[in-house]
Amino acid sequence: MKVEQISIFIENKSGRLAEVARVLGEKGVNIRALSLADTSDFGILRLLVDNTDVAQKTLKENGFTVNKTEVVAVEVPDDPGGLFNILQVLDEAEVNVEYMYAFVERNAGNAVIIFRFDEVDNAIAVLNGKGVSILSGEKLYSL
Amino acid sequence: MNHNIWDPLHECLERKDLERLQLERLRSTLERVAKVPCYKDKFAASGISPGDIHSLDDMAKLPFTTKEDLRQNYPYGMFAVPMRDVVRIHSSSGTTGKPTVVGYSRKDLDDWSGLVARFMTAAGVLPDDIVHIAFGYGLFTGAFGLHYGAELIGSAVIPMSGGNTERQIMILKDYEATALVCTPSYALTLADRIEKMGHDPRTYLSLKVGLFGGEPWSEELRREIEKRLNIVATDNYGLSEIVGPGVAGECLCKKGMHIFEDHFIPEIIDPETGKVLPEGEKGELVLTNIVQEAIPLIRYRTRDITRLHYDKCDCGRTLVRMEKTMGRSDDMLIIKGVNVFPTQIEEILFQVEGCEPHYQLIVEREGTLDTLEVQVEVNENIFFDEMRKQRAFVEMLEKRLATNIGLHAKIKLVEPSAIPRHEGKANRIIDKRYK
Repeated sequence: MKVEQISIFIENKSGRLAEVARVLGEKGVNIRALSLADTSDFGILRLLVDNTDVAQKTLKENGFTVNKTEVVAVEVPDDPGGLFNILQVLDEAEVNVEYMYAFVERNAGNAVIIFRFDEVDNAIAVLNGKGVSILSGEKLYSL
Repeated sequence: MNHNIWDPLHECLERKDLERLQLERLRSTLERVAKVPCYKDKFAASGISPGDIHSLDDMAKLPFTTKEDLRQNYPYGMFAVPMRDVVRIHSSSGTTGKPTVVGYSRKDLDDWSGLVARFMTAAGVLPDDIVHIAFGYGLFTGAFGLHYGAELIGSAVIPMSGGNTERQIMILKDYEATALVCTPSYALTLADRIEKMGHDPRTYLSLKVGLFGGEPWSEELRREIEKRLNIVATDNYGLSEIVGPGVAGECLCKKGMHIFEDHFIPEIIDPETGKVLPEGEKGELVLTNIVQEAIPLIRYRTRDITRLHYDKCDCGRTLVRMEKTMGRSDDMLIIKGVNVFPTQIEEILFQVEGCEPHYQLIVEREGTLDTLEVQVEVNENIFFDEMRKQRAFVEMLEKRLATNIGLHAKIKLVEPSAIPRHEGKANRIIDKRYK
C-alpha cells in the first residue's frame, strides 16, 4: 500500500521549477500532488505523478537529480480533529513523520494526506491496526 | 636620507658590488648543498658541478627546487647541516598531508631577525614602538619572524597570537601598541569590531603602522585599512621554505617590496618552460637562498607570479623591488593565511560515499574576511528527499573540510552539470580576490 513519489533537487535560482513543469508537461506527465522544501541554496521538490517511471527518466535526461521514494497516502476524514486523530495514532506508536503534504483531490468526501515515514512498513501496520484507510497508487491516480 | 634603513651597507650596495657578493655567496652555498643527497642527484642529472658557476648568468644552468622535493625528503632530507647545528624547526601552514619542514641554525635565526628588522625599519618601526603581534605562534613562521625582528630593533613586543578579537582590542588599546602585525583581513576585522563597540577606529588606538602579510591583498584593501585605522599599511613577502617573512618588504615609498638580494637571488621565469624572462616581465618568482646554513634552497620555485623592477627607489635602497604577487602558477590558494590545494578538497570529497568530485571553489573577500565556498554537484547518491538528511550531509562535509584543511568552508550543493566542464585544474577555482 505504498505509493511511489519522485524527489527532485532544485537549485535556488529562477526558472528551475518552471523547467521541471515544462519537461513533464511536454511528456504528458500529470502532476497530482507536490510539496517543496527549501533552504537559501536549494530546494527539494516532491511530486506524485501519474507515471513515475516516465517522469523520472525524463527529468534525468534533462539533467536533474531525481530519486524515487515510497510514501503513504492516508485518507483523513474532512472534519475538525480528523488529522489530529491520525497523528495521535502515529505518535502513540512512536512512528516518526518525516514530512507530509496534502493531495489535491478528495476521496468520497475525505481529504488525502501524503506521509513520508522513516519506517514505512511499521507505519502502515500501525495505521492498518487502527482502521485508518490507506489508498493504493492505482486508487490515488484514478481520483 | 637613510634614517629608515636598518643595514645601509647591504641595502644600498652598488649593483656591481652586490653582484660580486651574490656570486661569492652563491658559489659557497653550492659547495655546501652539493653534499645534500637531493642536490647531489640533481647536479649529477643536469651534468653540472658547483665549479661550473662562474657568473650569475650561469645560474640558469642550475636545476630548480620544488615543494615536491621538500615533500619527498620529508622531514629533514634537505637539511645541509647536522641536527646538532639546528636550533629551530618550522613548517608550512598547510594542514593536511605532509607539511614542508625547514630548519634554522643559530646564525640563521640571527640572520632572519636582521632581515625582518630591515623591512620593519623600512615601514617606520623604531625602538620606542610597541609591536602587537596577532599572528598565531606555532609552526608557522609569521609570528616568530616578526617577533625577533621587532626585538632586534629594540621595540617592545606584545606576543598576542591569534584569536579573541575583543581581547586583542583591549590589549591594543591599554598597552598602547603603535605597530600592528597580522593578516590584512584581520586588520579590517579589528576596525569593524571597534566600530561595533561604539568607538572610532581612526582614533581609538595608538597605532601608526601596520605590517601585514600571510595572504594576498590588493591596493584597494590597503587604502581601506589606511583610511579606517588611520595608519600606514605596509606589505612584506616571505615563504616558510625560504626563511619565512624577511625575503622582501616595502619601504614608505610603497613602490614594491625590496628583495634582500644579498641573501636571496631572485629570478623571474616562464612557469611553463622554466626559461628566465627578461627584466620587467611578469612570471614566476624563483629564489635562491645564498646565506642560510640549515636548509639553503637553490632556485626554489615559489609559484608566486610577480614582476621585478631594478630602477633605483627614492628611499635610497639599491635593492630590486617586486610587485605584489598577482596570482599563482599552481593552484594553491591562500585563504586566511592557510594554504589550500584543491586536490586536498578533492580527496575529502572522494572519501565521502557516493560523492563525485565535480566541484568548484569560489574564493571571495566578503567585507573583511576571505571566504571559501565549495560547490559540489549533487547526484542520486548524495541527494535525500528528507531535508533533515540533506542538511546533515552538508554539515558533515563542512565539518570534514574544517577538520582536514583547518578552515571553515561553506558547502553549496548545485545541480548536476552546473559546474562547467573544462580540461585542467585552473577552472576548478574562481578566485575573486585577484584583480
